[in-house]
Amino acid sequence: MNIVVLVKQVPGTDNVKMDPVTGVMIRSGKDTIINPLDENALAEAIRIKNSHENVKVTAVSMGPESAMKAIKEAIAMGADGGVLISGRAFAGSDTIATAKAIAAAIRKVGDVDLILCGERATDGETGQTGAMIAYYLGIPVETYVSGVEVKEGGVIVKRTVEGGFERVEIPFPVMATVNKDINEPGFPTLKGKLKAKETAVPVYGPAELGLEPAELGLKGSPTRVVKVFSPKLSRDTIMKKADGTTGPVEEMMKFLAGKEAI
Amino acid sequence: MSTYVNANVEKEQKLSQYKGVLVFGEQKDGKILTVTYELLTRGRKLADDLGCELSCVLLGDEIEGLEEVVKRGADKVFFIKDAVLKNFLPRPYSKAITKLCEELKPEVIVAAATTTGRTVMPLVAAMLETGLTADCTELTIDADTRLLLQTRPAIGGNIMATIKTPDHRPQMATVRPKSAKPAAFDAARTGEVIVKEYEGATFFTPEKFLEYIKDTTQEVSIEEADVIVAGGKGMKNADGFRMVEELARILGAGVGATRDAVELGWTTYPHQIGLSGKTVAPKLYFAFGLSGKIQHLAGMQTSEVVVAVNKDPEAQIFKVADFGIVGDVFEVVPMMIEAFKNLKANA
Ligand SMILES: Cc1cc2nc3c(=O)[nH]c(=O)nc-3n(C[C@H](O)[C@H](O)[C@H](O)COP(=O)(O)OP(=O)(O)OC[C@H]3O[C@@H](n4cnc5c(N)ncnc54)[C@H](O)[C@@H]3O)c2cc1C
Repeated sequence: MNIVVLVKQVPGTDNVKMDPVTGVMIRSGKDTIINPLDENALAEAIRIKNSHENVKVTAVSMGPESAMKAIKEAIAMGADGGVLISGRAFAGSDTIATAKAIAAAIRKVGDVDLILCGERATDGETGQTGAMIAYYLGIPVETYVSGVEVKEGGVIVKRTVEGGFERVEIPFPVMATVNKDINEPGFPTLKGKLKAKETAVPVYGPAELGLEPAELGLKGSPTRVVKVFSPKLSRDTIMKKADGTTGPVEEMMKFLAGKEAI
Repeated sequence: MSTYVNANVEKEQKLSQYKGVLVFGEQKDGKILTVTYELLTRGRKLADDLGCELSCVLLGDEIEGLEEVVKRGADKVFFIKDAVLKNFLPRPYSKAITKLCEELKPEVIVAAATTTGRTVMPLVAAMLETGLTADCTELTIDADTRLLLQTRPAIGGNIMATIKTPDHRPQMATVRPKSAKPAAFDAARTGEVIVKEYEGATFFTPEKFLEYIKDTTQEVSIEEADVIVAGGKGMKNADGFRMVEELARILGAGVGATRDAVELGWTTYPHQIGLSGKTVAPKLYFAFGLSGKIQHLAGMQTSEVVVAVNKDPEAQIFKVADFGIVGDVFEVVPMMIEAFKNLKANA
């Protein structure tokens, strides 16, 4: 059984720096981590590998050369190998253009039964790429997955939906985007780290993936960012200071009653 | 030069075939969900600004009360009827919507950023080869170009980005549930309900829906709650967080939490509010011992009335609060619990 896990490199801190002129995020490549939900996807793949025979896990990432770090980390945590999609032509890709490129790379891995990735990435936060990749591969997708049970020839997934869960049975090949409830991600092992060092990871550009320049980057992206701005906050706040008495709380009660909020 | 001009004319012609606004309504067990009416509020405004029709599509096997969708603002309601569409399955749903879009050629499609909308819209966008903007907080029509301007938080909510889809149709967006008021019922409104029954094979899928399991770990679902009591790291520990839960119980409210409180294990992920958690818009939101980082605000700032308690007078949460108390949660919250207990006892 072949599993592909998608790992995206994202900024590791809350304090993302913005270019004050262009409003574009400054990606230094230094303080980066694997998208946290992708780590859950990876942990799930490794769990399946450890509990079934003949499972191979391949980590796929798209990004600058530095995203190689994410793949090596995935191998250190237990993946068997990886593929990096990289090149200037991919810069500025929106979710559609990204999905096309990743789908092409997965096709190149070949014979994939299960694809796992995080339900969304902490930087873009669109949660669209997984489903779009499934479409380009011509396979079904399940989203918000918080449980995967491998059966003969397929899986039963548990999806988190409003107010509860759904269970859906689905044959291979299938794409599942996972959420945080699925497991606790593990850590790299020493053995894994050594393996990561030794494992050669191919880097594919547009030519290797058989993609036309018109499908890539900004050219291949239907959406355009027209402007970026800071969110405006502010309400007319009534402020009170706690003083050991019930005064402020009583005033709050009056205020809420006046607003018909209680 | 002339080929360039021709290409442009061709593009214009291609784009101008697309007319009307379509919203993707949702049902569960044959009952239309409120989020459908919220979408009608959004859709009606856009359709009026564009001077075009508003349609709503619903998918299912049997659906009650389709007329109500007209009474709440739709000019046309398309009900795509098929046994496979009874429960949400990504494949048949996306195929059905795509099929309708190929017939209707809407200029704009808006869906809710629910687990259903956020799953089906990327598939539809890919099938129709067009752009999609997720989780918009604002949708407007640019008066000069008639383009849909889609505004959403980006980069962890630190900035807002306005996005457009200039050369592809339809223009597609999802909007957060509860980010608009449900459209009002107007008994006098008229419109058409059209039942579509496409060939069964269109919707063939290897997916098999097994069951829906209600989550009983949450007493009150925060998406539905009118009142939410939320706590952050300032509650100190799991014991402290119990105060949040106690007040919630007294008020029949939902329990909310910051990511930090969830990560510390004081409550579970379904209670997380914010960018990587849920978006809520209750009538009343209590924020205890949480700083109000932008990622948290992203999930709650449209709450109607916000009460905050924090010992730091500079905390961001006060910027979105209507009533703020600067003080220790361990002093103030027990007083609130008492006050609400008394209120209830005397009611
Ligand atoms: C991509 C991304 C996504 C994120 N998604 C989310 C999300 O969905 N939801 C979310 O909440 N966060 C999210 N975060 C994290 C967010 O940035 C903050 O770290 C988090 O919201 C802070 O939680 P907090 O307010 O509980 O803790 P803190 O920021 O540490 O605030 C604790 C507050 O408690 C106050 N306090 C302490 N003791 C007391 C006391 N005794 N009495 C009164 N007040 C006290 C302090 O003054 C302080 O203001 C995200 C971050 C990133 C980068």
